[in-house]
Amino acid sequence: MQPAGLAVMIASVGTVSILFVWCVAKVLTQPSATAEHMTGPDLHTPDMDRD
Amino acid sequence: MEGSTRDTWGSRIGVILAVAGSAVGLGNFIRFPGQVAQFGGGAFMIAYAISFLIIGLPIGWAEWAMGRYAGQRGYNSAAGAFHCLVPWRASKYFGVLGAMIPLVIFMYYVVIEAWTLGYTVRFLRAIVDPSLRFADVSDSQEYFTSFVGAAADGAALRPSLDTVLPWLVVVFLLNLVLIYRGISKGIELACRVGMPVLIVLCVFVLARVLTLGTPDPAQPDRNVWTGLGSMWNPGKTVVVGADGAVLAEVVDADRTRQRERATALAAQTPGATVVERTVLAQLADPNLWLAAAGQIFFSLSVGFGVILVYASYMGPRDDLVLSGLTASATNEFCEVALGGLITFPAAVAFLGVAGVAGAGTFGLGFNVLPLVFSSMPAGSLFGAIFFFVLFIAAITSSLSMLQPGIALLEESLGISRKGSVGLLGTLTALGTGFVAWFSKDLKALDTLDFWVGTFLIFVLATVQIILFGWFFGMERGWRELHTGAALQLPGWFKPVFRYVCPAFLITIFGLWVARNVFGWDPAGGASRGSPYTKALFVDGDPVAWLSVALVAVMAVGLTATIGGSRRYRDDSST
Repeated sequence: MQPAGLAVMIASVGTVSILFVWCVAKVLTQPSATAEHMTGPDLHTPDMDRD
Repeated sequence: MEGSTRDTWGSRIGVILAVAGSAVGLGNFIRFPGQVAQFGGGAFMIAYAISFLIIGLPIGWAEWAMGRYAGQRGYNSAAGAFHCLVPWRASKYFGVLGAMIPLVIFMYYVVIEAWTLGYTVRFLRAIVDPSLRFADVSDSQEYFTSFVGAAADGAALRPSLDTVLPWLVVVFLLNLVLIYRGISKGIELACRVGMPVLIVLCVFVLARVLTLGTPDPAQPDRNVWTGLGSMWNPGKTVVVGADGAVLAEVVDADRTRQRERATALAAQTPGATVVERTVLAQLADPNLWLAAAGQIFFSLSVGFGVILVYASYMGPRDDLVLSGLTASATNEFCEVALGGLITFPAAVAFLGVAGVAGAGTFGLGFNVLPLVFSSMPAGSLFGAIFFFVLFIAAITSSLSMLQPGIALLEESLGISRKGSVGLLGTLTALGTGFVAWFSKDLKALDTLDFWVGTFLIFVLATVQIILFGWFFGMERGWRELHTGAALQLPGWFKPVFRYVCPAFLITIFGLWVARNVFGWDPAGGASRGSPYTKALFVDGDPVAWLSVALVAVMAVGLTATIGGSRRYRDDSST
């Protein structure tokens, strides 16, 4: 493998790895809103359709 | 929609892993490395990154937003979503594609999934019985042909561990059981367990591959570094014959020596010349853009309605931007950082660049790699692990293909999950049986993959991104996407959603149709003819026609189901 190939590989693999780790860390540290919709039925009123 | 108790995701990480599981499939580990190697890492990755930004992410986010918006109004199917999003009487009929495409893909994808399980067990048996290891390329090719029944129709439907039949029964039933358990107890549970296991096992196999070194000292060119170089070196040095065909690719750690070796090789063949393909020259090739955009598009599983349906089960304050980005990032990590470093370098280390070139997706996955694992120390164990990884990748994808159909049947016919799984199970069993029976040259599988798994996905993705940017409304879509989001997308993404993405997608689709339906080569301009259109309109191949007829029957049935549903009629009148 040539130095330029190594650089392309490191840049590609590094970018997706950093993005993946950052996203997973962000998801795990952010308070989840899921519990909110598990507490009761979803309510929908006609005014919501006028958005 | 009145208050109701709906099936929902149990957690945010659950839906992210489910979407990522839907996206991560065989293409990540087999197709992607072959594409990078064919076009050269530097040029391909530039086109790949651009396609990720202007096709992959926008279409995915559009599906997340439209799906959640429809879900909050009580619609979980693509038909219901389009009916809810666009106030036309005909809009719900776009949902035919949203249910039919995943269902038809399931019918043949579950067959490939059965191959991966069969190969896993084959390598497990080889741990106990080393005579089951593959001896050479022809051995692995013959086994594959026999296993899938490529020699004659129905040839693989025999009760044997070395045919697809028992594994097909197992994976088909497993899919039905998991989908019957519902969103959180079935799909989410499978993906929450499966995806982390997949990544850990992949890292394990990757460590083995990267420490292979030079397996045969008598052939120093065959090593992992040459494999990595063949994939990632920005430019390419190839020897081209008098007829323009590529005779060989030369890879060396030193560019000057690479050129000298290529020149020496060319001197051995009359009329052969050495061609240096630079990054810029490769970027000027439309085929590279077609390949990179196609890889992003199909790898992320955007545009065929699964994300739309999955997002409909999300809560009103869930973070769509981060969820979409994380699911895409997980797919890219599996594709570039794991798939990109495992399969091709391992194959080159044992078979050399020439032995791997032009192997194709199934050739690399089921002819070359079984031989590679048979050749390496402790290869049976690593082979079993690798094919089990492919199996996990496949089942998390196939599960996602059933949910759009389930959602449509539940919603339009008002039947229970048990009833819809039973109906869908019968329908897909017939379709899967059709694909498994017409196995000669994998004709049925190939035809359905071309017309439904590629052509119609392009159509539906184009419909969806245009609906989002132009009819659902950019401002409303932007607001929906950012409701509950901790991340704020930069404003320049708005014109990407509205103009750049549809224009790029339509251009790529046009090039794809020109090349694959009409057989025109975008690079050379010459028409080569298309085997798929030829099979239908010149050869009159009965299996090709039956495959198309299967799709047509399903389209008619789904159209009638949607058109006859009181649910959409009742809601239209309000």
